[in-house]
Amino acid sequence: MLEEFEGHSEGRMRIKCRAIVKGNGEGEALVTKQPINFLTMIDLKSGIVKDDKHELYKKNIANKVLVFPNAIGSSVGAYSIYALKTGHVAPEAIVCSKADITTASGCAIANIPLVDNPESDVFAIKSGSTVKVDAANGVIQS
Amino acid sequence: MQLTSDEEKALKGERGDALATAYRILLAIGEATEAKKLVPIKWAHVSGVNYNTIGDSGVEFLEKLSKDGKVAVKTTINPMGFDPIKVSSLKLNKEFIAKQNRIVSAYERMGVTRSFTCIPYEVFDLPSKGTDVSFAESNAAVYANSVAGLRTNKESGLSALASSLTGKAPYSELRVEELRKPNMGIKVNYELDNEVDYGLLGYFAGKVSKNSVAFSDIENLSKRNAKSLSAALGTSGSCGMFTHGKAGETIEFGKEEARKIRDELHTSEKGDIITLGSPQLGVDDLSLLADMVQGKKFRKRCMIFCARAAYESAKKLGYTEKIEKAGGEMLCDCCTCLTPLIDRNEVDDVITNSIKGAYYLNNSNKVGVCLKSLKDIVREECE
Repeated sequence: MLEEFEGHSEGRMRIKCRAIVKGNGEGEALVTKQPINFLTMIDLKSGIVKDDKHELYKKNIANKVLVFPNAIGSSVGAYSIYALKTGHVAPEAIVCSKADITTASGCAIANIPLVDNPESDVFAIKSGSTVKVDAANGVIQS
Repeated sequence: MQLTSDEEKALKGERGDALATAYRILLAIGEATEAKKLVPIKWAHVSGVNYNTIGDSGVEFLEKLSKDGKVAVKTTINPMGFDPIKVSSLKLNKEFIAKQNRIVSAYERMGVTRSFTCIPYEVFDLPSKGTDVSFAESNAAVYANSVAGLRTNKESGLSALASSLTGKAPYSELRVEELRKPNMGIKVNYELDNEVDYGLLGYFAGKVSKNSVAFSDIENLSKRNAKSLSAALGTSGSCGMFTHGKAGETIEFGKEEARKIRDELHTSEKGDIITLGSPQLGVDDLSLLADMVQGKKFRKRCMIFCARAAYESAKKLGYTEKIEKAGGEMLCDCCTCLTPLIDRNEVDDVITNSIKGAYYLNNSNKVGVCLKSLKDIVREECE
């Protein structure tokens, strides 16, 4: 498994990325290649994915490092991200392939560290592994 | 993204908390969309008005922002949760009404226009083509870019509000001429018959494309079909614009693709009630409906969501009388999406011609949806 990823060193994966909302976050990774509509797909009281068509169905995004491509659909999804934060069920940090306006604006007011444009494949990160996001320096470590 | 020294000062809070929050949002979305600078906008249309969409944290956020936040440009707002004139006859709990009123008061303190519409492009005069605006409400953003010739990104409720308070938006994505060019094409290989078909196409396109998409073989799009297409396109993905013609990679949309989308959204063969409007109906929609239902009667409750301004015009023109005579229930300032007026404890399934409405009824209201074109609704649900 060693040297499986670019930037891999001493058994850890280090991925450079772009900082959108600064801060640090650490937690269990929750990884999906499917986009998310925060307004309709997430139960905002618990952080649990409630859309039975989504591959994260029944998984909880609370306190995780959420890795997904981008948000879709409703323009109100930004408020949903903020609601997750005020309800203490927001992700610790968010990693997007390409951050979108909904995710960026939601994270900006909720103070959730957000990075995107990773230099190597973030979807190779295993759900359940511990991931550290340093959005100040634009680095993901797992 | 480079900020001017004035913008930097506002970001640091030197011009108040609301502007600091607004610039924090603009900076984040500017970075995300790779903007180099902010540019002035002429009009902001803000979503996040219905209490069902923003919840308690949204109410508190807006109240805090409204302490010193003031709109810098013309700002219109999305529908709220109910028709305030008919609220006493609608079965709503007091808490919902109170929270909704707090949201409306917060927006009013900031100086918005009480439009309560998701079709600002139909209610207000349009600025000249190429004008930069900032539209949240996904159907309005897509329609503005694709039909009205305005320029906006597919804004979020928060980013459009930030643009409203500052009069600015990041110069990126669909605001940049070069980036408005479609990066994929969809060839429609059967004849689309009605607004449901156009909605299915939009929903399909939203799933497979990003930023901007080109359709071939659907020229001469009517306003009604363009609304349906824009709303569905905005619902299923991140695409914020369509054009006509061809583009690089092209995929086909045929009857099989349409059937798959329909299977996803058409979840019931019947409905207890009918809803029309998502997007809200405009004057022309009400004129058409009045003609179609003249001398007929709806067999079940039919909720018709429209913009207040459209309702008032339609009333003067005699359309609303014909619709109400047929049993249609006209509701202004609110819409199908996330409406508190459709409760799954009372309603099992809903008939609608809106693809966007069908998505939210299925996924947020958790009721079954029977998709039918307006023509079929009038033919099958009226006597």
